[in-house]
Amino acid sequence: MPEHASAHAGPTSDALVRRDDQGSKIGMWLFLFTEILLFGGLFLLYASYRHRFPAAFHSGGKTLDVFIGGLNTVVLISSSLTVALSITALRRGAKRLCLGLLGFTIACAATFMVNKFIEWSAKFHHGLIPGSEHMAQLPHGEAVFYGLYFAMTGLHGVHVVIGASLITWVMLLIRRGKTTGENYVVLENVGLYWHIVDLVWIYLFPLFYLIS
Amino acid sequence: MDHATAGESRGFYEPRGKGGVASWIFSTDHKRIGLLYLSLITAMFGVALILGLIIRLKLMTPGNTLLSPQQYNALFTLHGVIMIFMVVIPSIPASFGNIFLPLHIGANDVSFPRLNNFSWWLYVIGSALAVASIFTGNGAPDTGWTFYVPFSERTSTNVSVAVIAVFILGFSSILTGLNFITTVHRLRTPGMTWRKLPLFVWSLYATGWIQVLATPILGITVLLIFAERVLHLGLFDASLGGDPLLYQHLFWIYSHPAVYIMILPAMGVISEIIPVFSRKPIFGYNMIAFSSLAIAFAGSLVWAHHMFTSGMSDAAVLVFSFLTFVVAIPSAIKVFNWLSTMYKGSISLDPPLLFALGFILMFSIGGLTGLVLGSAGTDIHVHDTYFVVAHFHYVIFGGTGLGMFAAAHYWLPKVFGRMYDHGKAAWSFWLILIGMNVLYFPMFVMGVQGMPRRYYDYLPQYAPLQMVSTWGSWILAAGLVLMFVNLWRGCRSGPPAGRNPWGGATLEWTLPAPLPAEAFHEDPPAPEPYDYKGVHPDA
Repeated sequence: MPEHASAHAGPTSDALVRRDDQGSKIGMWLFLFTEILLFGGLFLLYASYRHRFPAAFHSGGKTLDVFIGGLNTVVLISSSLTVALSITALRRGAKRLCLGLLGFTIACAATFMVNKFIEWSAKFHHGLIPGSEHMAQLPHGEAVFYGLYFAMTGLHGVHVVIGASLITWVMLLIRRGKTTGENYVVLENVGLYWHIVDLVWIYLFPLFYLIS
Repeated sequence: MDHATAGESRGFYEPRGKGGVASWIFSTDHKRIGLLYLSLITAMFGVALILGLIIRLKLMTPGNTLLSPQQYNALFTLHGVIMIFMVVIPSIPASFGNIFLPLHIGANDVSFPRLNNFSWWLYVIGSALAVASIFTGNGAPDTGWTFYVPFSERTSTNVSVAVIAVFILGFSSILTGLNFITTVHRLRTPGMTWRKLPLFVWSLYATGWIQVLATPILGITVLLIFAERVLHLGLFDASLGGDPLLYQHLFWIYSHPAVYIMILPAMGVISEIIPVFSRKPIFGYNMIAFSSLAIAFAGSLVWAHHMFTSGMSDAAVLVFSFLTFVVAIPSAIKVFNWLSTMYKGSISLDPPLLFALGFILMFSIGGLTGLVLGSAGTDIHVHDTYFVVAHFHYVIFGGTGLGMFAAAHYWLPKVFGRMYDHGKAAWSFWLILIGMNVLYFPMFVMGVQGMPRRYYDYLPQYAPLQMVSTWGSWILAAGLVLMFVNLWRGCRSGPPAGRNPWGGATLEWTLPAPLPAEAFHEDPPAPEPYDYKGVHPDA
């Protein structure tokens, strides 16, 4: 029997609105499961196609820039660290430090997206555009490799943008004093979301860039 | 235990705040949201029902009648898409679940009331898009509700809008499930242990997990259809090296568990109704609760039985066939427990019980014929025939549909505080039950004889049974109209139903009828949900 939620009634809550941080976090974790399964469908396709076209996935992986991919990995892992630090900072009352750390996280997200832009532009430059004549003429496995590459890194990129927007929003909440050292579950949940974005990339990076 | 605000209270639907439409469509009150869902689901049911009747009318006689082949394809697609994603998936959880899950556990609302309202809005937007896909673009989608590639990638009809609608509806379903799981974990009244949870709550809890864990797969699958159509990624396109069969795998990884999203809540309703009208504690509480979880788990591992004829290794066929038989066990556990509950009970055949018994009959027929489809040898013969259509409609319409109607007859008097006419309810039940069987049983026969599903025309040998089936659709429609009119008039102007018309022992029956805006001013004590000693019907 979990502790009943009414025990959490916060100072700002009225009779009907009860604050339940534990409940909020359960909700967020459930949502993270859905994110993992959303990507899970694509990972399933990856596994199946990799099994079918090992040579094409090998040569496809070689065309990706390990340096930019590695850099992006470092950037994202650092940003996860700063999000985690920002929560501790807020709990200790260091509001400015917390905002600074979150600002750094957003800068990391922007760096990541710029690198992605450079990578995708290079691919487009080589005629690797979904739906193009060039893609249609590639050996079958390679077309599928690049299709998966665009689908998975693209969906991940969308999540990076959503995560950065959420962090911007929580920064506004902190600045307005709605999210504080006593009431920081929103920041924690946004942080969890950012970690899942990070985690997905940690799987994408080796699968596309390194296994070849 | 007296939570009544006496007098002529109109309960939770009494105007409050500024009143008007905004106080409903932006409400975070789980009861209002439940009613919002119920009304929209009913409306969509009406639309898809009419589509179904038109399909049946077209099939009454062979030949090129009433509809063009293209119109026919669009009609069965829309009938399926609307019925599945807009009616049956949200049906019981989003309407009666929203209203009664919090009350069953002694809570005043779900864990995330604003998210609840948001999920309703997603439902509205998704439904609006789905309806828009009929009238915009190059004509209504004609792929069947399964959106199978490669056709769904190539057809010029408005599939793109339809799959985005399905994505949004899936999101709505996820949020409802997420909300329910959290609510059950966090908001149970003190003393309400897991073994005191009403079985309806158990079934919604199991359903919530399927919604959360399976629906994202549908999300990515329909997004990929969209991407294939717009960006031509080639992931399912054989001309680019993709594999259309993988689409079918992804689709059924969601869509088979989805049938348990549809049926589990109905089983929960039946588990509530049977003991109340038998005046006996539910038989095998633990096993019924456990079987809900077992169905949710095992049901997630059987998807490929939809693909026995699509091309799979014999080993895979064997495994999926075996697992399909395994799922039948927890379903059968429930049926046996319901029957054991009734054994030597003091049974009153009130309308909710009639519908519940109809559920057991229809679900048993549908479930047993499901085993014919689940065993690979017989499936080869009846795959993609009317046999599948009949099986599915027995389980989903005869099961979930009758479960929903049972819930309506059981709980609407509580929601509105007014009682419908019992005689008319019984009449409507018999019309619906007879109509369903006349409509769908001939399809079993035609299926065994080889009549393929989704065909525009048929050989003369099927003409007599097709005719009978269409007659059945009219009987069914008459019963449904009678039922809805009776419920509508009962809810608006029936005699007062009283606080506890059936003598239920779960917490919602301790509340006044109509339900008050705030149910519990303090945490209520947790009752024994199926102990009827000292609980009497008060009407």
